[in-house]
Amino acid sequence: MIVRIIGEGQLHVPAEHLAELNEIDDSLALAVDASDESMFRRDLARLLDRVRALGTPVPQDELRSSDFILPGADADLDEVRALLGEEGLIPG
Amino acid sequence: MSLSKRLSLIFKAKANKILDRAEDPRETLDYSYQKQLEMLQQVRRGLADVATSRKRIELQAQVLTANVDKLQQQAAAAMTAGREDLAREALTRRSAAQQQLADLTQQQASLQAEQDKLAAASQRLQAKVEAFRTRKETIKASYTAAEAQTRVGEAVSGISEEMSDVGLAMQRAEDKTAELQARAGAIDELLASGALEDASGSTKDDIQAELERMSSQSDVEAELAKLKSALPGGGTPAALTPAPSSQEGKS
Repeated sequence: MIVRIIGEGQLHVPAEHLAELNEIDDSLALAVDASDESMFRRDLARLLDRVRALGTPVPQDELRSSDFILPGADADLDEVRALLGEEGLIPG
Repeated sequence: MSLSKRLSLIFKAKANKILDRAEDPRETLDYSYQKQLEMLQQVRRGLADVATSRKRIELQAQVLTANVDKLQQQAAAAMTAGREDLAREALTRRSAAQQQLADLTQQQASLQAEQDKLAAASQRLQAKVEAFRTRKETIKASYTAAEAQTRVGEAVSGISEEMSDVGLAMQRAEDKTAELQARAGAIDELLASGALEDASGSTKDDIQAELERMSSQSDVEAELAKLKSALPGGGTPAALTPAPSSQEGKS
């Protein structure tokens, strides 16, 4: 599967890790819904670390849409909420 | 639903909007490619703006650094002249300038980080746009409507996601730049008003003026003393002959 980290690009991650990543991702979603900044920071860092460790970068000339998209490491709760809130916020 | 899924859906919705725009998929390819080239232009302009802002901050930091040094020297000079009040004023200003400098340095670092990220994103987009152009020509050359739908869809979704990503990087860099420009403007105003004296020395601040007044005053005193000692009579002022009182002796 292909995972994009916003601001960093796409990575190929073997499908067998999906369950593990999903677990952290679910917790991350809870943190966003609960507006829990410290939990959000912790889960996001954990998730990105795992994705970077398990994945290999997609070649630059490969054009594919991602199966999953994750906020960048320095995204804050407000930014993520803004992304989720209005699709108009995504430029391009 | 997981966060990554929700975000993916939003990015996909964006791509679908582009796909829905034209009836013939080949038009979508051309339209999308046009948009990509515009985006690349924008990103390059954005990068130039960030660099300009950073340069301005750098220059201000240099001015502030010179200011901090100068206020330190002024404080020392004031203390030597026995003017603790003036020294205190200089040190107070020095501490304010130092605070500004610390803030600027931090902001400059964060702007540098945005610039690096945007540069990397721009490079990625450039490669993807190139890949898109190649794929666009291939699809057009071997065009059959049914097949094109899917392949155009893939290509446009892929590039649209990349454009959204670089668009976000650009937005952040622009926000940061605007924030810094406002700040740089405020500091320029402070410098112009003399509150933080311009290190070019074109304007004199009041501490400097006071120190110079004091030193020119003591020069005057020294000159006076020299003149006095050169007078005949060994330096004691010539006594004025008291005028005889015309009232003397009268009732």
